[in-house]
Amino acid sequence: MQATSDEALIGRIASGDRLAMQVLYARHHVRIYRFVLRLVRDEWKAEDLISEVFLDVWRQADRFEGRSAVSTWMLAIARFKALSTLRRKPDEELDDEAALEIEDEADDPEMALAKKDRSAAIRKCLTGLSAEHREIIDLVYYHEKSVEEVAEIVGIPENTVKTRMFYARKKLSEMLKAAGMEKDWP
Amino acid sequence: MNTVDHQLSERQEIEALLPWHAAGTLSQRDAERVEQALAGDGELARQFEAVRDELQETIHLNESLGAPSARAAQKLFAAIEAEGARAPRRRSFDLVGRIAGFLSGFAPRTLAYAAAAGALAILVQGAVLTEWAVKDQAGGSAPELASKSSSEGPAIMVRFAAQATAAEITSFLGTYKADLVAGPRPGNFYQLSVSGLKSPDEISAVVARMQAESRIVEFVAARE
Repeated sequence: MQATSDEALIGRIASGDRLAMQVLYARHHVRIYRFVLRLVRDEWKAEDLISEVFLDVWRQADRFEGRSAVSTWMLAIARFKALSTLRRKPDEELDDEAALEIEDEADDPEMALAKKDRSAAIRKCLTGLSAEHREIIDLVYYHEKSVEEVAEIVGIPENTVKTRMFYARKKLSEMLKAAGMEKDWP
Repeated sequence: MNTVDHQLSERQEIEALLPWHAAGTLSQRDAERVEQALAGDGELARQFEAVRDELQETIHLNESLGAPSARAAQKLFAAIEAEGARAPRRRSFDLVGRIAGFLSGFAPRTLAYAAAAGALAILVQGAVLTEWAVKDQAGGSAPELASKSSSEGPAIMVRFAAQATAAEITSFLGTYKADLVAGPRPGNFYQLSVSGLKSPDEISAVVARMQAESRIVEFVAARE
């Protein structure tokens, strides 16, 4: 039995079908939650945001034109809401400083332990990237979005998507190097 | 959040595509372009290995973030329920919406973990509930949930536990020969009608048995 497509679910949701909404929520809410959580870094706030995201889907389903994947559309909504939340509290936009802290703490006990485990070090540095860089790395690696889809979600040209990912990786490499981990980079 | 987006050189252009190549989201044309470059460039191949490490750890990191609690779903579907009462978007087959509204009150966490399998289960359960709960529509009026007269049995108010699955609730209702009469009401309460109960002692006994099933219901009380 083939699962109902996301597009078909959106069509039913546009007709007020709450069961379709349940199915769509079950299918996507964990990934949307993780995407938002990586941006806002607050579980309670992330839960509130995914409720808002799916409520927007419920309200706007009849306007979905199918020009992009449903998941891409929802991630774009989620991103907008997450950034709106952050803008309401500017003191939370300290990600670049957080990244610098990671580099500066190369010799702390936690990082010293991480040196023994390259995987753990990569994850730690991924956490320490700026929100902008975390976002694009998550969209490409975890959410499996193409260049075109990332461009649509983030609202930037495709070439900028490529260069932003390039520099996100470069930053990650620098952080790993600062943490004493070998990393190939020209 | 300032990022300077520079122009990339030709080699950097290929290198910039490596993350999408690793994720399998490049077009065939670009994938072939990258493959050709990888075949003749050892340094680029080493970069690709680094990209694969990053991809693996990004997935690992995200998977470790867990899932939202049932609160998010409760908040969402309560808002939808509230909007549904005033929105003119319901169609004639809104019965499905009523069933979905019913389901929305008690199974979000289960749905979260069940994902696709859960979706299938709910569709099946929805069909079962529909068949079970819909009255004969011979009169041609809009479908509605079965609302046996409260005179057929005492009304029992319940609130289903967040972790209860649709299957468990279906079984629960069948065990007690209970009909869903109304709900959700404020506080996510549902009204059940249980036929065959007459004396206060019988009612109390059934309520007590229901209360013991704490995995499925977190609140049960007979309504006078």
